[in-house]
Amino acid sequence: MSNGVLIQIAKTHLLTRKKQSAIASLGVTFGIGTFIVLVSFMTGLNGLLDGLILNRTPHVRIYNEVKPNPVQPIEKSERFKGSVNMIHSIKPKQELSSVRNSLPMMAVLKKNPLIKGVTPQVSARIFYQSGSVLLNGNAIGIDVLEEDRLFNFKQYIVGANPSDLANNENGIVLGIGVAKKLSLNIGDRVQMLSSTGATFRLKIVGFFQSGLADLDKMQSYVNVKMAQRIAGQGNNFITDISVKLYDIEKAKYMSDQIANTYGVNAIDIKTANAQFETGTSIRNIITYAVSITLLIVAGFGIYNILNMVIYEKMNDIAILKATGFSGSDVKKIFIYQAMFIGIVGGLLGLLLGGVMSYAISKAPFETEAIPTVKTFPVNFDPLFYLIGSVFALITTFFAGYLPAKKASKIDPVDIIRGQ
Amino acid sequence: MAYAESTSTQNNHILRTVEVQKSFVDPVEVEVLKNINIWVDKGEFVSIMGKSGCGKSTLLYILSTMDTNYKGQLFLADRLLTGLSGNELAVVRNEQIGFVFQFHYLLPEFSVLHNVMMPGLKLGKKSREEVEFDAMKQLRLLGVDDQATKKATQISGGQKQRVAIARALINEPKIIMGDEPTGNLDSRNADIVFDIFKELSSELGTSLLVVTHDADFAKRTDRIIEMADGRVIS
Repeated sequence: MSNGVLIQIAKTHLLTRKKQSAIASLGVTFGIGTFIVLVSFMTGLNGLLDGLILNRTPHVRIYNEVKPNPVQPIEKSERFKGSVNMIHSIKPKQELSSVRNSLPMMAVLKKNPLIKGVTPQVSARIFYQSGSVLLNGNAIGIDVLEEDRLFNFKQYIVGANPSDLANNENGIVLGIGVAKKLSLNIGDRVQMLSSTGATFRLKIVGFFQSGLADLDKMQSYVNVKMAQRIAGQGNNFITDISVKLYDIEKAKYMSDQIANTYGVNAIDIKTANAQFETGTSIRNIITYAVSITLLIVAGFGIYNILNMVIYEKMNDIAILKATGFSGSDVKKIFIYQAMFIGIVGGLLGLLLGGVMSYAISKAPFETEAIPTVKTFPVNFDPLFYLIGSVFALITTFFAGYLPAKKASKIDPVDIIRGQ
Repeated sequence: MAYAESTSTQNNHILRTVEVQKSFVDPVEVEVLKNINIWVDKGEFVSIMGKSGCGKSTLLYILSTMDTNYKGQLFLADRLLTGLSGNELAVVRNEQIGFVFQFHYLLPEFSVLHNVMMPGLKLGKKSREEVEFDAMKQLRLLGVDDQATKKATQISGGQKQRVAIARALINEPKIIMGDEPTGNLDSRNADIVFDIFKELSSELGTSLLVVTHDADFAKRTDRIIEMADGRVIS
């Protein structure tokens, strides 16, 4: 009952100076609106940029690194035990570049509950051949459908679906740079020379476009079997195993575990791509810093206007107090005003932010890097709208609290006698 | 709740002070009220007179509980008010004390009716409809019910003062205090206000304590407390 009358007084104060109230609300509206737009757009862009690398990169990559044996024969000799052995010109071990025991290892990894998927890759060195011209290149054999499921292979091919490659044993998704150099089109055949000297003629089902020009000039994708044939190896020849986890944070733990269990080389995504993590967090910091600044500015607007209102309303405050309204009642009246401004401005801000984000998400955005993206990426995460509302309420509360506290301390005797 | 033992045997005092003293310390210490011992009985119409600067308004604001910075004790209906918290005193003012000021002090954004209802809504003991009914009754009593829907800024000075009295009456207070309530009115309106006060004390048994420097006004009240230099002289 008593609060009802306080709310009514607050409402009347706001409605009798509509212009000031509207301006104060607009401050909040723009603050929140900009926050929503900035955060949605920035995180959308972040997601896109990260996706460029992170979605395509395995969380754990298992491979076989060519390196010298860490335990040289002399270390094992009883005769030289305890002495300082210095060996010069150590040569790496002669061995295949494939991962040992790859097939059983994959079978076991697939059963791990932390792992979303495991897919093999076979990398084979080739030359693209056109008449007497030979272009250096790389054919990568993949399990097409798994690769698409786990690493969004579809995003990087133009003119075809992943299944087109999966269904065509002799198909190839040719690097777009290679295609341009050799003037090849979809449906044409490309001739390739393997490192063993054999010639392969594969049908082009689509183009590969990663956005990294150097990569597009070299790399093509074929089925795993084809890559193994190009390399002249059997079906246990697998050069890389890509592992995708449910939780990217477990990548480091998983890669250590795999490396220790199987005695292979394994690298996790964070170690391999540390710079992306940094970029993302810095962009986030900038977004939040700008948004919070905007809200604080809006808060000062409210603070200012309420301060003015309180000076104008000295008499009213005195009379309210004289007729039995306590200091905390007066404080509430002004905090309610601030909260009204915050709620109205905040809601409009959420709306404005939503509409503007939607407009941006429809704006055309063509990029070489991701041929499948046609408009600006915008992240419509409801969490941002929640954060925006909470921010609006907190800022307006504090912007209202300080003047309200001052109002509650006004001594009615001073005002009434001062007349 | 602090109830002090009554030092006087009579319980007819609505308002009573015991040795109230007040000093202003800035810039030098000046004692503006000295050993004030006054009382107002139930249904009594008392005026406080004195030259300007004698401390009569200062005393009134102490009696009104708005000024708490004094020495001595203040009782309202035998309840010790001295030392209560600001919120407790606000409740006392809301429920038991009505105010009428020299300047009418209505809330300009609200209608006349709303101004009168405000303390009643704050008290919260009655529903909104009941408060509205009471407010209309008071306005009718004071002959300004036809102004009820007007904004407080749209009525004349005399009408404003009557609305202010209606507001003072809305919670049926034990005592009404006025600080020069007729000081800003012409003689006709001043007479109207005086008659209303007189009627309140004689017919409703409301106590009234009015500060004035208008000797004619004071003479017609039940009792005059005269002050000079911070003391009660008669």
